[in-house]
Amino acid sequence: MKQRLLLKDLKKNRTKWFMILPAAVVVILMCYIPMSGIVLAFKEFNYHDGIFGSPWAGFKNFLFFFKSGKAWSVTRNTILYNIAFLTVNTILQVSVAIVLSEINRKRFKKVTQSVMFLPYFISWVVVGAFIYNLFNYEFGAINTFLKQVGAGTVDVYSNPKAWIPILILVSLFKNIGYGTVMYLASVINIDPQLYEAADVDGATIWQKIRHITLPGIRPTMIILILLSIGTIMKGDFQMFWQVTGNNPMTLGVTDVIDTYVTRSLMYMQEFGMTSAAGLYQSVFSFILILLANYAVKKVEPDYTLF
Amino acid sequence: MQTKRKKKRISDKTVFFALGYGLILLLTVFCLLPFLLILSGSFTEQSSLLTDGYRLIPKVFSLEAYRFLFRVPGDMLRAYGVTIFVTFTGTVSSLFITSMAAFVLANKSFRYRNVVSFFFYFTTVFGGGLVPWYIFNIKYLHFKNNYISLLLPLMVNATYLLILKSYMKNIPDEVYESAKLDGAGDWTIYWRIALPLSKAGLATVGLFTALAYWNDWYDAMLFIDDAKMYPLQYYLNDILNKSQGMAAAAAQAGIPAAQIPTEPVKLAMTVIATGPIILLYPFLQKYFVKGVTIGAVKG
Repeated sequence: MKQRLLLKDLKKNRTKWFMILPAAVVVILMCYIPMSGIVLAFKEFNYHDGIFGSPWAGFKNFLFFFKSGKAWSVTRNTILYNIAFLTVNTILQVSVAIVLSEINRKRFKKVTQSVMFLPYFISWVVVGAFIYNLFNYEFGAINTFLKQVGAGTVDVYSNPKAWIPILILVSLFKNIGYGTVMYLASVINIDPQLYEAADVDGATIWQKIRHITLPGIRPTMIILILLSIGTIMKGDFQMFWQVTGNNPMTLGVTDVIDTYVTRSLMYMQEFGMTSAAGLYQSVFSFILILLANYAVKKVEPDYTLF
Repeated sequence: MQTKRKKKRISDKTVFFALGYGLILLLTVFCLLPFLLILSGSFTEQSSLLTDGYRLIPKVFSLEAYRFLFRVPGDMLRAYGVTIFVTFTGTVSSLFITSMAAFVLANKSFRYRNVVSFFFYFTTVFGGGLVPWYIFNIKYLHFKNNYISLLLPLMVNATYLLILKSYMKNIPDEVYESAKLDGAGDWTIYWRIALPLSKAGLATVGLFTALAYWNDWYDAMLFIDDAKMYPLQYYLNDILNKSQGMAAAAAQAGIPAAQIPTEPVKLAMTVIATGPIILLYPFLQKYFVKGVTIGAVKG
């Protein structure tokens, strides 16, 4: 019955179905067919037999991944960096949005906002070039400056811990503008009458922010934070790869799941273990996204994703 | 009493604005400084750059880096050409096939719209991971050294599809109804009515797509070995990170590798690869702001 209905619709609405077709084909090729390749995680892959012809390996690939000692360290790095990025970025994005909404000087607002949004538009390769030129030991901008003022030099390339603040700052650099635009839109949507009433009551600017602005942008904040928590198992591959330059000295502190998988795939042709690591990440991400979506539904039903 | 309260309010405001302006100026400088240092460094003589360091204004001004790059600009221009081709072809095809699907899915009379929307949406929450994707693309879609590998991965973005869908939903039903009465089919309605009416949405989504294509180096890293096929960002990556990249450029220019002003050349190449975006940025920024705001509302 259901099938007959679909067939009838395919015939009746064939133009509509044809118009969906190209996008559907791309998604099938790029997403759904590769999804079937998750069986690879349970196989001993050899290129000749292909994904489905290769012999089964049971959970050997997973065992190998978890016993390598890497599983824990890359998972920890991925999650801790994401928490740090989320915290620092959210606090500063919200603060900047609130300040910008209070400032009346149009030109100042426009120029500063544009400059802060600019880094969002450049490629991670260019950000990598920035980092190299700032931190290079012999002639990097930071060390030449330190030498000129008579302070000692810093060698971040042999000091893994230094990358924690660097990565946090890079994430801020790239995302401050984007988040500010988003939160500013949310602040502007707050009913201006609330502020007028508060003025009549003689509220201070801090009181207005605390009791009107922050509650006003709360839904947006909660949703963005929950969505970020949904992707907490996903490391920003391009950022980590380009900023740390894939430097073997610092991998203990800077390796996230995505860089680990890509490196093992590209340089070691390690198919079984990397697909096991990839599947582990996909499944956990999926569960987290479902939980985040469930939480959004509780807080703000209009904003659920599905 | 009255004056005391007023005074307190003013001082509160002063504190707020002092902190606020301070924060914003600090972040603005933080975001701008790397750009200025790179730009000035690219116009500095190599020896001065290495000893005096990066300054906002070059101590010893020099065009040698740009002269070197433009002496035999063949590789650089080819990389530019690849990126322009990929960005243009990719953005136009992406907008076309995405907007067609969005048009159908926005149509309330299409019975399967929710199922099909979910079919697209699901790809953003679950994936098979990098490895199967990589193997399928190489083994079955023949992505290795094929421009299709730079086009297809960014072609359909489910989030942009949903944004376009919400734009097309805003078009009143009566518009479609009257077109239908005039005997227009789905295609005609899409082409003649829906597309022109969602121009703003198309511009926004198109710019985000174009930016993604312009900045893409990841797909080139995975699939392109042939240096002649490198897009701009990956060519830049090569110049920055691999001595071969620089050596190849030197050999082409007929200069011994030791004589290249390596560091300023890296900086100049960075400037050349980023230039178009920064020049276009002031004109296009408002569309991006609009896009971010829709994203914030529509998830």
